[in-house]
Amino acid sequence: MSHSKDRPSYLAHHFSDPAQQSDSAKLGMWIFILTEILLFGGLFVAYSIFRAWNPDMFYNAHKFLDVKMGGINTVVLITSSVTMALSIRSMQLGRKKQTIGFLVATLLFAAVFLVIKYLEYSHKFHLGQLPGKFYTFTGVKGNNPHIFFSIYFVMTGLHGVHVIAGMTVIVMMLVRTMRNRFSSEYYTPLEMTGLYWHLVDLIWIYLFPLLYLIG
Amino acid sequence: MSSMPEKNYLTEKRGLKSWLLTLDHKRIGVMYLIGISISFALGGIFALLIRLELLNPGRDIVGAQTYNQLFTLHGAVMIFLFIIPGIPAALGNFVLPLMLGAKDVAFPRLNLASWYIYVFGALLAVVSIFTGSVDTGWTFYTPYSTQTSGAVVTMTLAAFILGFSSIFTGLNFIVTIHKLRAPGMTWFKMPLFVWSLYATAIIQVLATPVLGITLVLLILERVLGMGIFDPAMGGDPVLFQHFFWFYSHPAVYIMILPAMGIISELISTFSHKRIFGYRAIAFSSFGIAFISFLVWGHHMFTSGQSELASMIFSFLTFFVAIPSGIKVFNWLATLYKGSISLDTPMLYALSFLFLFAIGGLTGMFLATTATDIHLHDTYFVVAHFHYVMFGGTVIAFLGGLHFWWPKIWGRMYNENWAKISALLVFVGFNVTFISQFIMGIKGMPRRYYTYLDQYHRMHGFSTIGSWIMGLGFFIMVVYLVHSIYKGRPAGSNPWGSLTMEWETTSPPPTENFAGDMKLTHGPYDYDKIVPRTD
Repeated sequence: MSHSKDRPSYLAHHFSDPAQQSDSAKLGMWIFILTEILLFGGLFVAYSIFRAWNPDMFYNAHKFLDVKMGGINTVVLITSSVTMALSIRSMQLGRKKQTIGFLVATLLFAAVFLVIKYLEYSHKFHLGQLPGKFYTFTGVKGNNPHIFFSIYFVMTGLHGVHVIAGMTVIVMMLVRTMRNRFSSEYYTPLEMTGLYWHLVDLIWIYLFPLLYLIG
Repeated sequence: MSSMPEKNYLTEKRGLKSWLLTLDHKRIGVMYLIGISISFALGGIFALLIRLELLNPGRDIVGAQTYNQLFTLHGAVMIFLFIIPGIPAALGNFVLPLMLGAKDVAFPRLNLASWYIYVFGALLAVVSIFTGSVDTGWTFYTPYSTQTSGAVVTMTLAAFILGFSSIFTGLNFIVTIHKLRAPGMTWFKMPLFVWSLYATAIIQVLATPVLGITLVLLILERVLGMGIFDPAMGGDPVLFQHFFWFYSHPAVYIMILPAMGIISELISTFSHKRIFGYRAIAFSSFGIAFISFLVWGHHMFTSGQSELASMIFSFLTFFVAIPSGIKVFNWLATLYKGSISLDTPMLYALSFLFLFAIGGLTGMFLATTATDIHLHDTYFVVAHFHYVMFGGTVIAFLGGLHFWWPKIWGRMYNENWAKISALLVFVGFNVTFISQFIMGIKGMPRRYYTYLDQYHRMHGFSTIGSWIMGLGFFIMVVYLVHSIYKGRPAGSNPWGSLTMEWETTSPPPTENFAGDMKLTHGPYDYDKIVPRTD
């Protein structure tokens, strides 16, 4: 309490200096990212097992995924990662307006991703390529093709949930940027959001070839 | 002797709101303590009802369906609501920053959020009891869990949500231990309880997400008929077991590792002697955490996994005995030539050594595939894990609770009643579960509603044991609650311990210490320093 004068307003009471605070945040975020990878890890294991058991069915079923749409989405998401990184750089340089611009761009790309995903989903719903017991499509050769679509929907669905969560956090960052909560000295939450958004991007980069490009 | 400090974390702010919105790790620890105590009481009542029903073959008090729900709820409540959050989230939350000389955990808001998530998950579990309940056993094995009626989805969702609470606690602790140690506290000057919380946190962070996704898949299997666990649809029920135990085996070390940390503190403090083999104990926690990820298949020896897999899992399971043994022998070596005071926490520590040894060694019987075929799914397994989980974790939790109670409330409980209660719990526990070892060897299967006459006497013993334990806990509740209001002031260091939490007042002030802390001596330097007691 005695030295409260040299303490910046963003420094929480239990940290002794800003470096300790931002190091803690980074370590915490990386650990959180680890838990996310393990969450998806379970699905990757399920994918590997069922693909190993049904290689032909997986090959036949994957032809019904739209590579063009998936490819566009990959580019869209990578671009959104770039704009996210640029928004952090802008704040490091203290350029508030630029930061806002890049955050809005990131949100737009994320929205485009979801729209394309929606188009893909609705097409599959229409054809009856639904998960599990709702599966009615008859065009896939091989046993139990519903398993492929179950895994497809769970993996991309969980990823979609993460995109929405990421967008929510980005909106929060946008609000806080507008309210001048960040500066070139303090932008840790923005940086953490960036880490999370890159993770969301990275998971898609694995999902795309595993689901759309089975050869 | 001494009086209560005027300004402390309990009295500084008043009113319900000041508790519900607090970011103070000590208050959050106390709130967790209340939550897990209620859960423990609930799970305990289920246990007493189970034992009462098993007093005689056939129906005593409830029907078969209710009985199935009772043992499921007993397991699910005790595991997800009591024993996993128990030591880390309640005692750990309170003590960890104090032990490190820190002002709080790294992320106080996340800490509070984890408590709310815990409460929400707990309420959801209670809702499931009233909306059809669950009769699958706490393991939720498919295909039964996807077919039975009842509130499987609600209960599973509750467990999923509780997982987040556990992850947040673990994450918070890892960062706190890395970044918030007082100046001078190097890694090897940390108390061993901190080491064990660190190892625990690693398991919480790495294993819990896998349980999360498993439970999501189970819910989707039930709701959408995904088919990945259903052989009729090309799926595999054994896959569910793999997923489930990949978390749930490491999870038993989430339960036991912090307990072992408490025992290290208790044995050293009450022997007034430097802990023997500090580094060996610290590293063995990590040894256990590491091996814990490689042994899940020993739950599935009879589930149709390949013989080769069973052999490898059996072999790896034996390795767990090595770091566990290292700990036990180091504790014994610490006791050797120590000047031992038999205060209540130490009674629990000694009970732990006795009960954990039985629990651990009987685990070896089960790790041996040849004997496991005979003992699998019998009362022997039930007795084994109760010796580890109750005889190990709960006893250590009670030891820790009695050890830190004067720090938490600033007041001392009645030692005589505490010793009587500890004795009743110890005797009652052994009566309850030694009889189950014997029944198990003779072939009594677990989870059965009724049994042959030949088991009647042993079941009777077991039930009487549960009453003795129940009496012990009843006495404990009375004297502990009494002490909060009427206990004599404890003073800052009633046990003469050297770890940092005893250097502040009891109860501590909101900011934990009067000024910034600096390490002046190691946590176990009993050979160099005579601790100040007042």
